[in-house]
Amino acid sequence: MAKPKVATASLAGCFGCHMSILDIDERILQLIELVDFDKSPVDDIKEFTGRCAVGLIEGGCCNEENVRVLKDFRKHCDILISVGECAICGGIPAMRNTIPLKECMDEAYRNGPSVYNPTGVYPNDPALPLVLNKVYPCHEVVKIDYHLQGCPPPADTIWQALVALLTNKPMDLPYELIKYD
Amino acid sequence: MSHASSPNMIVIEPVTRVEGHGKVTIQLDDERKVKQARLHIVEFRGFERFIHGRPFWEIPVLVQRLCGICPVSHHLAAAKAMDRIVGGENLTPTAEKMRRLMHYGQMLQSHALHFFHLCSPDFLFGFDADPAIRNVIGVAKKFPDLAVQGVMLRKYGQEIIKATAGKKIHGTGAIPGGVNKNLSIAERDVFLKDIEQIVAWSVGALKVAKDYTAANLKELADFGTFDSNHLSLVRADGAMDLYHGNLRAIDAKGKKIFDQVDYQNYLDYIVEEVKPWSYMKFPFIKSVGPENGWYRVGPLSRVNLCDFIPTPMAEAERKQFMALTKGAPNNITMAYHWTRMIELLHSAEVIRDLLHDKDLQGTDLVVKGERRREAVGLIEAPRGTLFHHYIVDDNDQIVRCNLIVSTTNNNTPMNRAVEKVAKDYLSGVEVTEGLLNRVEIAIRAYDPCLSCATHAMGQMPLVVEVVDAAGKVVGRGERGTRIG
Repeated sequence: MAKPKVATASLAGCFGCHMSILDIDERILQLIELVDFDKSPVDDIKEFTGRCAVGLIEGGCCNEENVRVLKDFRKHCDILISVGECAICGGIPAMRNTIPLKECMDEAYRNGPSVYNPTGVYPNDPALPLVLNKVYPCHEVVKIDYHLQGCPPPADTIWQALVALLTNKPMDLPYELIKYD
Repeated sequence: MSHASSPNMIVIEPVTRVEGHGKVTIQLDDERKVKQARLHIVEFRGFERFIHGRPFWEIPVLVQRLCGICPVSHHLAAAKAMDRIVGGENLTPTAEKMRRLMHYGQMLQSHALHFFHLCSPDFLFGFDADPAIRNVIGVAKKFPDLAVQGVMLRKYGQEIIKATAGKKIHGTGAIPGGVNKNLSIAERDVFLKDIEQIVAWSVGALKVAKDYTAANLKELADFGTFDSNHLSLVRADGAMDLYHGNLRAIDAKGKKIFDQVDYQNYLDYIVEEVKPWSYMKFPFIKSVGPENGWYRVGPLSRVNLCDFIPTPMAEAERKQFMALTKGAPNNITMAYHWTRMIELLHSAEVIRDLLHDKDLQGTDLVVKGERRREAVGLIEAPRGTLFHHYIVDDNDQIVRCNLIVSTTNNNTPMNRAVEKVAKDYLSGVEVTEGLLNRVEIAIRAYDPCLSCATHAMGQMPLVVEVVDAAGKVVGRGERGTRIG
């Protein structure tokens, strides 16, 4: 029987949740006995190659590209998991939600002390994805099946949840693994 | 891997096996020759504005969320600035050594991660290998011993971070004026047990990088390569120091542009240009100007710039590396990997020395002095020089923040590398996946941290809708308006 597939994505996050996945350390050798990896920033599979059992999402949605990728994951994954504070609540990037975008833009591209911008241009090339007005948690955009909290969730939390799902066991995480930080 | 948004445009998206979010566009002319190639940073965060109003002691914990690969760099650069805010920049020996241990632990884990988990597939399987196996899992299946060494090197660094900062990712160890814990004897002894093995594995990793570069020098010497200036911190005596020092910059031939500059005055030396096609700015050395003043940072620049490395094994390796160019700066892009592994070995040696230092068991952890309003904190992060600059008002709140992250410094160089590889390999030929992977290999050499680089605020939205799974609009934005 073919192994189930796992895909991962980093949206508006810091990559820390992906680092926490890698913090399973030598258990990565056990993991690859259990699953194959599909689309993920840690490999070179840039588009889905087939149906995936589990999708792990780090980060919320801060631009149109994040929304596109998240919907693509929903379409291809049986189970979708929000991993970490940013996917679940928007996290630190959502601190911008209370501030008018123009103020933020001016701070970065016009008023910052080291800025050199004689023409006062803002980044606006068509190659750049449009920015959303606010940062959205993933479950406001698509249906999310599980939430693993923490900033980031500890490697043991991710490991135990993933193994339970992949081996059809109940997800029974002790308090130490689900308390926040 | 690629799709054409127009017949003459090749797009690589997302750039993979790098940290964060990037995209490459390659524009062809009617003869299918490469006209222009660019690396775009496609996300934004807005830290510089949204931390206004936060209390200053929160900042080292908050801003490290810029990056989950090198959170310690941001944690410590912010803490160094906050040391000056509280007048506590002359740390106790215990505090400074705990921070150094944390930082060199991070250098070990980050360099190991980049080399083994992200880049080794390109070296071990070849640039044109099947993308389905060209990843760390492919390495683990084909070269299990090497993969385990990479995993264990990274793990050791992460455990050092946990012991000094409280958590492997986004810890809390550094506070304004010091640290909040020392290293217990029990903790130390766990690390001492394995350190000789870590040093040995670091020597092995360096050998892989060195042998690979030597064996392929003919192709690699010109691969994405160009002359550039270099910038880093160096110690007062010219030694490599990744935690603290003064700024030094040289040109491509090794002539000093400035030396031993106090980084509190960085604004007199460095500015950042805004360009419309990337959310990441383009820094340059003020006195040289925007045209020629751009520079590289990171392992290659640090090895080029320092007069010596203050640990014996890494210093011997530095001499061997510099002999390749007869002591002149090495400008080969792919030499980043070799120098990164010299720093991996250096970090292992520094950790070994620190573990034998009894100051780590000291109990004098925090100092305070005369309060300041403004401060700059710099550190040599794994990817290069990292600038944090803050102004704090009388209510202890942040009123100004400026960040120049390591990868931003390498913005122009990465674009030069992308353009050179695109022009050298993609012009007028049938474009294959392996050829496009070469563009990414040039980017990976810089170990870019594109999450870090997305901190700047982005463009205004035009019209954007967020639609939920049921097709219901849950959010909508238009240019210049805010919505709820």
